[in-house]
This record gives sequence, C-alpha cells and structure tokens, in this order.
Amino acid sequence: MFAMIENLKSPWPWYFAGAIIGLIVPLLLIIGNKTFGLSSNLRHICAACFPANIKFFKYNWKNEIWNLFFVAGIIIGAFIATHYLANPNAIVINEKLKLTLTSFGVTNFSDLMPAELFSLNSLSSIRGCILMVLGGFLVGFGTRYANGCTSGHAIMGLSNLQWPSLVATICFMLGGFIMTNFILPFILQFN
Amino acid sequence: MTMSNNTSPITEKKLDETSACINHSEKKESKLSLLKYTFIGMLFGVVFVKAEIISWFRIQEMFKFQSFHMYGVIGTAVAVGISSVAIIKKYNIKTIKGEKIIIVPKPFSQGQIYGSLLFGLGWAMTGACPGPIFAQIGAGLMSGFVIFASALLGTWTYGFFQEKLPH
Repeated sequence: MFAMIENLKSPWPWYFAGAIIGLIVPLLLIIGNKTFGLSSNLRHICAACFPANIKFFKYNWKNEIWNLFFVAGIIIGAFIATHYLANPNAIVINEKLKLTLTSFGVTNFSDLMPAELFSLNSLSSIRGCILMVLGGFLVGFGTRYANGCTSGHAIMGLSNLQWPSLVATICFMLGGFIMTNFILPFILQFN
Repeated sequence: MTMSNNTSPITEKKLDETSACINHSEKKESKLSLLKYTFIGMLFGVVFVKAEIISWFRIQEMFKFQSFHMYGVIGTAVAVGISSVAIIKKYNIKTIKGEKIIIVPKPFSQGQIYGSLLFGLGWAMTGACPGPIFAQIGAGLMSGFVIFASALLGTWTYGFFQEKLPH
C-alpha cells in the first residue's frame, strides 16, 4: 500500500494519463448522455454572471450545470493531487528548453509553471502581463470562436470522427507551434 | 451562424445544433445525481496535475518537439476515445437510464480555423487550455486565477462581437 502511494507520487506516464482521459468520453456518455468539452464552461459562467443582454449568452445555462459540477471536480482533484500526491522531486525538463529559457532569465524550474513569468509579481512585468492576460484572453476568445477546445474538438470531436474537429486540432497545434517558436522568443525579451 | 432572439422551441433547437457545447439529455438531474460528474472531474484534475499536463514546460516541449509526453497523452486519449465511441455505436449501448446515446456532430464553419489558431497562440502562451486553467486554480497557482479571468473576458468579448465576426 505504501509502495503504491509512492508510485502515485512520481509523475504519471503518458499512456496511463491518456487512457484515463480517453475513458472519460464513454463514461460521460453512459452515465448522463453528456459530451466531453470544457471550454463551454467559460460560456456558461458568462451566461450566468455577465449575460449583459447579449444573444450569445441568452440560453438556459442551468441545463448545462453538470459541466460546472465537473469543473468543480477538476479544481478539487488538482488540489488533492497537489497537496497529498505531490511529486517530491523537481520536474524533469528537456535540457535544450532549459538553456533557451535561461537565456531569457527564466531559471526557476522547480514548479509546474516558471515563477519568473507566472507569479502575481510577474504580472507587473510586460512579458508576464502579456502571457497571462493576453494569453488567457486568446484562450477564451479562440475556443468559443472555434466552438471547442482540446477536450471538445481534439478528444471528443476526434473520438466521434468529426473532420471539422480534425481541422480545429491541426489549427490549435499550428497556432501553438507559431507562438512557441516565433513569437514567444520576442515576448520574453520584455522583462 | 445566425442566432435569433426569438425563444420559440424551434429556434432553440436551431441554436442547440450550432452550439455543440450544449447537451441534449432532457431528463433533469438532482444535485446529488450531479455529484457523479464532480467525482469524474476529480479524477481528471488529479491526472492533469500528476501527468504534468498543466505544466507550462510540458506545453513548450510539445511545440518545440522536445518531448513525446503530450503527444503520447493526447494520442492515447484519442485512441481510447475513438475505440469507445465505436463500441458504443456498434453495440448501441444505452445510458444507465436507458436513453439512446446522442453525440451532436460538430458542424464546420471557417470560424473554427481563425478561432483555433487564436486559441493555439493562447495555449502556448499560458500553457493552459480551458480544463487545465481550472486545474491550475485547484493546484493553488495564482496565475490560474488571472488566466481564468482573462479567458472569461475573451469568451465574453467573443459573445459581444459574435455576429460581426466571419463564420
């Protein structure tokens, strides 16, 4: 039992994590006829809290409340994993990535996010503000414009063999590739 | 995508079809029954943290082709998802309440291309897609709250300009 918990504390391999995420698709379908998709929660929260008489937010969000219960679970699960199953060792990061980031003064590799870019203090730096505020904005705007995110398109949509979801997934990856390789090095200069 | 202000049942059906994020199960569920989704969400939240999917470093490695990890996670999830949906369709598996399982198709619009590219940019900037944003909050990462608030503003702004955007 002790050995099992120790195993749970080290980072979980991709095949284990991938299998669990994949199984959420049939699980949600079978227990409640629900399709997996998380970005819609951002819309539901807008509809519930700031509808502002906008047509896009005029629908009965209460019918979708299961998804908000689901998200509450994600928050609780992440809390449990962080507090009771935390990896005692530092996160393993590709050496090349470390070198690249170090050249931009990002040297704290002890946590899941680099503190130089994603702490509340870094919000006052140009790059920290761009990454968190503009980045978050693009996530919220882009996923709704695309009618889905990694879960709704890349996992649920592809599971149901929807070609529009394949187009969306390719564009997600393309956008990410362009940002990381061509735009991020520019943003990171503005400390 | 046109949405009418009219809230007759027919118009609502139309809105449902264009918004795949809206589900179709007619049966109301009690608060207690809804907790089952919270339990599945908890499992998901643990996986997000333990497989380091919420790590900004893992996302950068993915887009720099420096690690197989994220490709392995997404690839396995898609493979398991495709197999599961195929089995459900082939054997006409019903929900636990005996309903027929309905998966709403994702209709194509050119907005998916623009939106997906914009989301991709944001994903690489924050290291988070909408699911991991909530996991970041649960993990106590302060950045999660800022990214969440910004993402809400992004979604709200989309709603505000929706009819003026090319779809």
